Amino acid sequence: MTRGSRKSWQYFGLGLAWFYLLLWPLLGIRDGELHFAATFAVWLRVAVGATICFALYRLGKAGRLDGVLNPLAAARDAVGDTLARAPRWMLLTPVIVFALAYPMLTNRYAQDVAINVLVYICLGLGLNVVVGLCGLLDLGYIAFYGVGAYTYALLSVHYSVPFWVCLPICATFAAVAGCFIGYPTLRMRGDYLAIVTLGFGEIVRIVINNWMALTGGPNGILGIKSPGIYIPHFVDGSFSFEYLLLRKLEYLYYVILALAAFTIVAVHRINFSRIGRAFEAIREDETAAELMGVDTFRFKLLAYALGAVFGGLAGAFFAARMRFVSPESFTFIESAMVLAMVVLGGMGSIPGVILGALALVALPEAFREFELYRMLAFGGAMAVMMLVRPAGLWPAARMGKRSDDTE
Amino acid sequence: MDYLFQQLINGLTLGGVYALVALGYTMVYGIIQLINFAHGEIFAAGGYLGVILLSYMASQGLMDSHPWFGLAFALILAMGYCAMLAMAVEKVAYKPLRQSSRLSVLLSALGMSIFLQNGLMLTQGVYDKAYPTEFTHGGFEWLGVRVSYMQIGILAVTALLLVLLNTLVFKTRIGKAMRATAQDKVMSALVGIHSDKVISTTFAIGAALAAAAGIMVGLYYGSVRYDMGFVPGIKAFAAAVLGGIGNITGAMIGGLIIGMVEILAAAYIPAGGEYKDVFAFVILIGVLYFMPTGIMGENVDDTRV
Repeated sequence: MTRGSRKSWQYFGLGLAWFYLLLWPLLGIRDGELHFAATFAVWLRVAVGATICFALYRLGKAGRLDGVLNPLAAARDAVGDTLARAPRWMLLTPVIVFALAYPMLTNRYAQDVAINVLVYICLGLGLNVVVGLCGLLDLGYIAFYGVGAYTYALLSVHYSVPFWVCLPICATFAAVAGCFIGYPTLRMRGDYLAIVTLGFGEIVRIVINNWMALTGGPNGILGIKSPGIYIPHFVDGSFSFEYLLLRKLEYLYYVILALAAFTIVAVHRINFSRIGRAFEAIREDETAAELMGVDTFRFKLLAYALGAVFGGLAGAFFAARMRFVSPESFTFIESAMVLAMVVLGGMGSIPGVILGALALVALPEAFREFELYRMLAFGGAMAVMMLVRPAGLWPAARMGKRSDDTE
Repeated sequence: MDYLFQQLINGLTLGGVYALVALGYTMVYGIIQLINFAHGEIFAAGGYLGVILLSYMASQGLMDSHPWFGLAFALILAMGYCAMLAMAVEKVAYKPLRQSSRLSVLLSALGMSIFLQNGLMLTQGVYDKAYPTEFTHGGFEWLGVRVSYMQIGILAVTALLLVLLNTLVFKTRIGKAMRATAQDKVMSALVGIHSDKVISTTFAIGAALAAAAGIMVGLYYGSVRYDMGFVPGIKAFAAAVLGGIGNITGAMIGGLIIGMVEILAAAYIPAGGEYKDVFAFVILIGVLYFMPTGIMGENVDDTRV
């Protein structure tokens, strides 16, 4: 054991002792008695887990695990190479076929989870335009989701406007809201922008919560209609269209699948367009971008509005699917969750965001019994990811050489 | 007129609490340019430690015989606990990221905030936890204004802590080191100031102040909740920005202004009660837009605004 490793183990032990001191008052002082055993049981589990992780980390750092890690890395690279060389349709076809056939293979519960995942994919990709491409940290993104949801809810309940007509209206409203919020805030940079968008997100929620006459306040809005389609109907030789409300889960699944596909294609096209390059230039160095002739303010506003459009579309679907909206669905924690998807998956990377949505929505369903610990794990994972893999699970492929983010 | 004085007293109490929390934000921002999102949760942890300690002491009968001693004891222990918590958060989530981009540290801070909030929820439960209130009753009427002993106590403790902090920052060696590190980290390191220790100390001091605020809010409103830190956290940050971020006197003034505005707006603007949380955000946005340096701030370089 070298001197450096002994020292790091000493620090590790100190950290565990520190953790016990912090944990004990919260768990150990109850009902007028001091308990030590209960805290110790919890602490011991955490300590064993942390020790194993730390030992592996130290071994990896000392090069003892190279025998296992190197072949794994080589295999990963080989798979990556093969995938990169395969034509794109070969990779996409199985995914598309699976996505289309999914409702026939699964039960209601799995379809419900899949719908959730797809909604969050739409949200994540929308936020990805703002955070991943343009580098503007937006902590109030869920407000646009709320704007979309309430727009559809109000139009549907008061004027019975059909879902498909509402979709573009919701998108427009969300984009307008994005411009309203973006106009005063986008002159700020970095962390000031983050806190101001957070403030705006909360303002939208508080207004929805208190504007009883329009939104029904905390009671929400009931009786929103599902999306409907006209299907051709033949009776006795006469031909007519029958109106069908898509209430069944599998129909709703196809609706959101179409929306998600639209979002993926749209974000992909934005990413590789002139606008996308301008966004990336702003992300990398705003001053330099402005110097090169990018109208930074206009493009930042555009990024905001584009992100808001996808949020609004997802919101309209959410309202149509739940047939009920209330302000509780649009809290800060939802914003943080969407942000966590973008960050964990890889900022600016479309497959990364999809992976992030899968990891954060579908994975907790698999560990149902640990439901309570879900948000705890989110928070921890967000901090740990920033330490070990700041670029995310599936980092965006970068074109050309760029300066490192050191600002 | 009596009503106005009543509201002013209430606003002063609330403003003092915001000022204590805002100091933590402003000191940390001044020294490492980070919005410490976890600060609101440290405040909540202080409130919880208060309810845990006071309930325990009440069950042992200590609060009946020596209520003031018990309160002071709980206050000091909670401040110490939160200082330890904040130092741990700093060591785990912020220190390894000193060289990374600002976005990474901010996201890490956000993660820690969610982590701590849910840690509190898991260990202490989802429901409101009530403070033992037998010893907080009482008050007096003066010129038609009702002042409770609790409010006097909060104002006195706040004033005491603010004076202590001012002495610490402007009269002691560690305070001098803190100011030097905030001004220029590289140069202060060159003249022998251990910046890691200074940063740790800054976090600890800010957290201790937030813990005191947490206990006082708990005593004032009678209960704590695991997510109580979020909204006051943002308001306190608004106070720090209003006063000029990085400026300690500014944070105190900003806190008082935000508290006053909130109480007066709730009292005098129609339907202001429901929208009282909005005013702090509106002030925050307005200040950043029209006066980004705040009341007492110096020039800010273009990386911030």
